[in-house]
Amino acid sequence: MIELYSHRDSLIHRMDARAKLVLTLAFIVCLNLLPSHAWAIYILFLSLVVSMMLLSKLRTGLVLKRSLIALPFALAALPLIFTGSPPMASLTLFGGFLLKFSLPGTERFAAIVVRSWISVQIAVLLAITTRFDDLMTALRQLKVPLLFVSIITLMWRYLFVILDEVTRMLRARSSRSASAPTGLRSGGSLSWRARVTGGMAGSLFLRALERSDRVYAAMLSRGYGTEIPVNHNRPLSDADRRILWFGSVLLLVLTLFGMLIGGRP
Amino acid sequence: MPYSILFSPQPMHIPDGFLSVVVSIVFWVISAIVLVIALRKTRETLADRQVPLMGVLAAAIFAGQMLNFSVTGGTSGHLLGAAIAVILLGPWPAVLVMTAVVSVQALFFQDGGLLALGANIFNMGIVGVFVAYAVYQLLIRLFKNTSWGMIVSGFIAAWSSIFVASLACALELALSGTSPANIAVPAMAGIHALIGVGEGLITTAALGFILAARKDLLKKEDASSSIGSKGIFVGGLLIAVVLAVLSPLASSHPDGLEWVAEQHGFLDTAKSALFNILPDYTLPGIENPVLTTIVAGILGVAIVFGVAFGVARAEKHGTSHEKVQEKS
Repeated sequence: MIELYSHRDSLIHRMDARAKLVLTLAFIVCLNLLPSHAWAIYILFLSLVVSMMLLSKLRTGLVLKRSLIALPFALAALPLIFTGSPPMASLTLFGGFLLKFSLPGTERFAAIVVRSWISVQIAVLLAITTRFDDLMTALRQLKVPLLFVSIITLMWRYLFVILDEVTRMLRARSSRSASAPTGLRSGGSLSWRARVTGGMAGSLFLRALERSDRVYAAMLSRGYGTEIPVNHNRPLSDADRRILWFGSVLLLVLTLFGMLIGGRP
Repeated sequence: MPYSILFSPQPMHIPDGFLSVVVSIVFWVISAIVLVIALRKTRETLADRQVPLMGVLAAAIFAGQMLNFSVTGGTSGHLLGAAIAVILLGPWPAVLVMTAVVSVQALFFQDGGLLALGANIFNMGIVGVFVAYAVYQLLIRLFKNTSWGMIVSGFIAAWSSIFVASLACALELALSGTSPANIAVPAMAGIHALIGVGEGLITTAALGFILAARKDLLKKEDASSSIGSKGIFVGGLLIAVVLAVLSPLASSHPDGLEWVAEQHGFLDTAKSALFNILPDYTLPGIENPVLTTIVAGILGVAIVFGVAFGVARAEKHGTSHEKVQEKS
């Protein structure tokens, strides 16, 4: 279900994972370098992401829906509205209650939320259009230590097996007691429920340890040395190189332009 | 959809946009250095068994984070897993396992940002693990390795790993100027003092289960950890003490952090001063911010329509091309 969309074919899907990863990171860095009042440039960054979405030929709603994931975190920046620097504005709520808020603080809050939202969109796009193996190869080519890449590769391979195990455990628990129909209290005392969950976690880890022994034995018997082989000698194609250059220059220009606007209060 | 639970954000994963670029890069560098040390240490102690062991355990911790129990109302307690990873694997492998979990969450599930990943690795993979290790080792020695001592130490280690990691998270937000320290620190600390209790309860019960089923695993770990890792022990205690002292200080004197944030602001003004060297230099539309926004909006729309048009054309071209091929 995670990789449901990464096997399709489009310009974005065909791009080299290295170029995609580097450009995504550059995009996020540039976007977050922009000053708070460079709203014009935010629109341009947003339109860049939307164009990428169109190019990837995926349903735009899919990316947009997943990009809302970071929204609850906005709560962390909320105090800025009230503690920011003057000029302050005030708003009369019903009941004659006066609500004071800072204008620069509010703008900063809005900028943080919008920047975060656009950053998540591009990250979703990277995840959704790149196959896992390609991304791991890209990490390897970008000189991330092999041991670490191997751990992640193996983790991904067993993640879904173990998730199924967890789902089964949760289902078994709810069918036996601990969850009740909505509105009713769950069974047992709080510490009892915690103990049940902890027992599940404990048995999950024991099963995982035993599974890793079996996996290791199976790997050894198939001629496993010390590393999982990754093919990392493919050079960047000319098209990818052009995209990389064009993309970085575009991002650089947009960022400079944004600072130019933002530099004038 | 059974996997939809994967896409539920957790409170300590900072998304992109909430940390300033400077803070993010500093924490990327710190995390990278610690990771290199962890990789080297793990290679020495675990040899080639390490890859399957750590890979499968990372998957189990990721999946284990789905285990929850209802507390009251809509809230529920769940597991982060740093403490249990330390107790089962020892400190350095636990750093790698937690880093793998946090990285996959950021790369594939957007739980935590890519630029902010360095800071998230630092909070959950390094601070969480180091503190859990230091507290656990300290207490287990006090309790002389008894079974119930192990359980109590597990609870306190799990609670402090969550609590101290949340302090680190709050300070990073305050350093970035995203959230004022006198609000962020008490709020994060308060919430996570409660979340930590859930973590502690699950960790304790899991330890109890493992003690009953495979006592040998816990004893073995204890023997191997006494060989080395003094550095982590000291480091973990140091992190815990420094953050515990620094956070109330920062929240009662937000000026300190504001001063740092001002240095950031100073950087910004320095950047803009670069452009102010050319005072008469105006670009069309820059004078008037409203106009600039409108122009950017029109340009943006044009870009999007251009791309859409291009895709549609390429599509048409492609299909007609295929038709030609079919004919021939």
